Amino acid sequence: MADHILEMRSITKTFPGVKALSDVTLSVERGEVHAICGENGAGKSTLMKVLSGVYPAGDYDGEIVFDGQVVSFGGIRDSEHAGIVIIHQELALVPYLSIAENIFLGSEKRGRLGLIDWNLANAEADKLLRSVGLDENPTTPVGQLGVGKQQLVEIAKALSKDVKLLILDEPTAALNDTDSAHLLGLIRGLKDQGITSIIISHKLNEIDAIADHTTIIRDGQTVETLDMADPEVTVDRIIRGMVGRALDSYYPERESHPGEEVLRVEGWTVKHPTQDRLVVDHASFDVRAGEVVGIAGLMGAGRTELAMSIFGRSYGTYVEGRLFLHGKETRARNVAEAIDAGIAYATEDRKKYGLNLIDDIARNNSAAALDKLSTRGFVDANEETKAAEEGRRSMNIKAPTVKSIVGKLSGGNQQKVVLSKWLLTDPDVLILDEPTRGIDVGAKYEIYTIINKLVAAGKAVVVISSELPELLGICDRVFTLSAGRITGQLPVADANQERLMTLMTQEKELVG
Amino acid sequence: MTRSVGPTSEPQAEDATQAKDVAPAAALGVGTSDIRTLMTRNLRTSGIYIAFVVVVALFAILTGGTSLSPGNITNIVLQYSYILILAIGMVIVIIAGHIDLSVGSVVAVTGAVSAVLVIRHDQPWWVGVLAALAVGLAIGAWHGFWVAYVGIPAFIVTLAGMLLFRGLTLQVLDNVSLSPFTPEYGKIASGFSNGLLGGAGYDAFTLLIFGIAVVAYAYGQFRTRQARVRYNQQVPSFPLFVAQIVVVAAVVMAFAWQLATARGLPYVLVILAVLILVYGVVTKRTVFGRQVYAIGGNLAAATLSGVKVKVVNFWIFVNMGFLAAVAGVVFSSRSNGAQPGAGNSFELDAIAAAFIGGAAVTGGVGTVVGAMVGGLLVGVMSNGMQLMGVDQSIQSMVKGLVLLLAVAFDVYNKRRAGSSR
Repeated sequence: MADHILEMRSITKTFPGVKALSDVTLSVERGEVHAICGENGAGKSTLMKVLSGVYPAGDYDGEIVFDGQVVSFGGIRDSEHAGIVIIHQELALVPYLSIAENIFLGSEKRGRLGLIDWNLANAEADKLLRSVGLDENPTTPVGQLGVGKQQLVEIAKALSKDVKLLILDEPTAALNDTDSAHLLGLIRGLKDQGITSIIISHKLNEIDAIADHTTIIRDGQTVETLDMADPEVTVDRIIRGMVGRALDSYYPERESHPGEEVLRVEGWTVKHPTQDRLVVDHASFDVRAGEVVGIAGLMGAGRTELAMSIFGRSYGTYVEGRLFLHGKETRARNVAEAIDAGIAYATEDRKKYGLNLIDDIARNNSAAALDKLSTRGFVDANEETKAAEEGRRSMNIKAPTVKSIVGKLSGGNQQKVVLSKWLLTDPDVLILDEPTRGIDVGAKYEIYTIINKLVAAGKAVVVISSELPELLGICDRVFTLSAGRITGQLPVADANQERLMTLMTQEKELVG
Repeated sequence: MTRSVGPTSEPQAEDATQAKDVAPAAALGVGTSDIRTLMTRNLRTSGIYIAFVVVVALFAILTGGTSLSPGNITNIVLQYSYILILAIGMVIVIIAGHIDLSVGSVVAVTGAVSAVLVIRHDQPWWVGVLAALAVGLAIGAWHGFWVAYVGIPAFIVTLAGMLLFRGLTLQVLDNVSLSPFTPEYGKIASGFSNGLLGGAGYDAFTLLIFGIAVVAYAYGQFRTRQARVRYNQQVPSFPLFVAQIVVVAAVVMAFAWQLATARGLPYVLVILAVLILVYGVVTKRTVFGRQVYAIGGNLAAATLSGVKVKVVNFWIFVNMGFLAAVAGVVFSSRSNGAQPGAGNSFELDAIAAAFIGGAAVTGGVGTVVGAMVGGLLVGVMSNGMQLMGVDQSIQSMVKGLVLLLAVAFDVYNKRRAGSSR
């Protein structure tokens, strides 16, 4: 029997209305690198939050045994005290503080009178930096470092806390190849020092290279734990485990009659707004009238960035690329021009970017189409109400009146307000970013029905989604995006989850 | 959802249940028809109206009726007009999620420019007014440039402006007060139209003007109602509609009678009324007004809906500069000169008026009328306490507490609205 540093037994965690984790079991051997794989929303992050005490004991069912003892953490401080450190995907460093200040934040090196002994702190930080292979002065502000080096600072911070189990959530998602290789080398080095690591990653070839075991989670349940030493365990084998779910008949039927090309994007390239790297790299795709085209990609692949930069360059810095509408090149340099050109973009995060939650349905509905509802700068309130009533009826928005405040509606009804708002601009092409995220099954079906009605009326629709079954269920064609590059295009008849996942995790572009 | 004139009993029952489900949500709307829903329409703003009535009644009792005397009502209008003018601009700035700390200094510098031209260089009164307005617009454009195009928070830009334009006032005035203005200039803030049509013990012209205003209001309301009926929207039942107009007309005419028996119609009230009307329409009915609310409500969503945020922010500050100049003219006229310390802390009174009147600290919420009532509430309170001979120190403390309670009420409302979700 192997020596297990960690055993999580029958972990169940429910949120109001949703079972995020159901009877999950995870066993990690001492001194190994253990990978956790699963689709977006499978429950990986929730499981790690349970482990690190973000969701305190009592908030979940089940038992955690760490280092031979049953533990119940009340918060992150408890788990860190026991030697578990989690490094989140979004780094938790304060950019204006120095490396040393960040490393010892919350566990400051005290000298006489309780004041911080900066000489000691900087000296210790220097030692830690050398151990992670980072050649920087500990007094350098963290904000001046690249993402890769910041990641190393996070690890140095973890080491300063006497870590026994290090959890890395998507550590290489934002890194380039060199930085990734260095980081993976470092994790191997830590393993030699006896530190156990859990690594959550979408990059399956990295997992293949570094992990000793891989646990696959799907829909909040443990599917299996694979021994990576087994020659039969390949990347394809992992993918099969991740997606092995029957395609449910959640999707309304639709006949497909694609017409003329409406939107074509060629060689679209966009730089990150603050960092010197390409987020979208020579992406090309097209969509026809009466067609639903899907864009599949894992988190961080650049899906939203691609859509937003097309929509009036509202993300990042435009580098190059051409945009054609109905075969004619269009320059939509701001959102107003994009709307005029006939593009609509319904955002991924409707609360943050899509709606004015403190305002009513009618005014949200008209927000992007005020030109159409006004004469000489004066809004016709009656026309506005009429338009909102029409939207409420055709979208089946469940609200007492169109004067109801949008923030009080359910997620599904909010999403219908967003769709109604964009339809009012009378677009030729609608880009829907995660149109069904966070809404219940019934409302999802309604959204799909609305999409079907739109394409039946000759609109072109682009759907960005993390849920592969959804894309397979509603699209005619699917493009796959990986690291900002289009890695493939499949008619839905030829596509299945395994093939898409293979393309989505591909680092290099394939021909075709 | 066709509900127009019809019998009132049945729709009322239905609306009551609706109101229970969505009480504050159904706010703002046209769609309600009984008196209870009209009252709860927008708790945030109806709260301020109720508070205003209570404060007016309270001081009427405490001062033995003096606070409602014709002379005193005229005084309140004259004394707080420039704060109200500033509050119009300020509430728009606040709705968009900004703040303007400079308006007191802008009042001073525009008044100073006007005084230098009219008093020192013997220019006619209108040259002074136009120069002041031009300076106000230029200062607004200056603030707008830094806020909108450079992206510096308005708090910082206008804090700098507060210092900058106070210093400029001292420069323009050479550190001394200038007075007096010509009598024509003085009429802007202290003039009355009086005796044009005669009247025994009252001014018939004042009553006529108010009468015309009330008829125009009633006609406008009627037209709006007709249009809504045409669009099959819910409207208040006809008796309720008439009652509403009668109440408004009665209050307005009572106010007019008090003015008419005092000194007649102050010019500054005409200026104020025109500004309230124009800016009421701008905020409620125009695309620009909508965009201001959209920016304050959710900046990211507004940007992604095609709102040209920079342009809108720029004009918001240009407008604030313009209104500060108007207030500067009125104030210099009323004080019959320009002083280096003029307008000190006016920005705080204007900001307080906007917040007491229901504007939200986080932006996206507020109305011009609310800010006016908020400003008047402070005005009536200060005036009442002065009549009662309350010490200045106590007055200041009361004002501070009222502001705190008003915003606390707003925060409480919002939290309650959030938790009922």
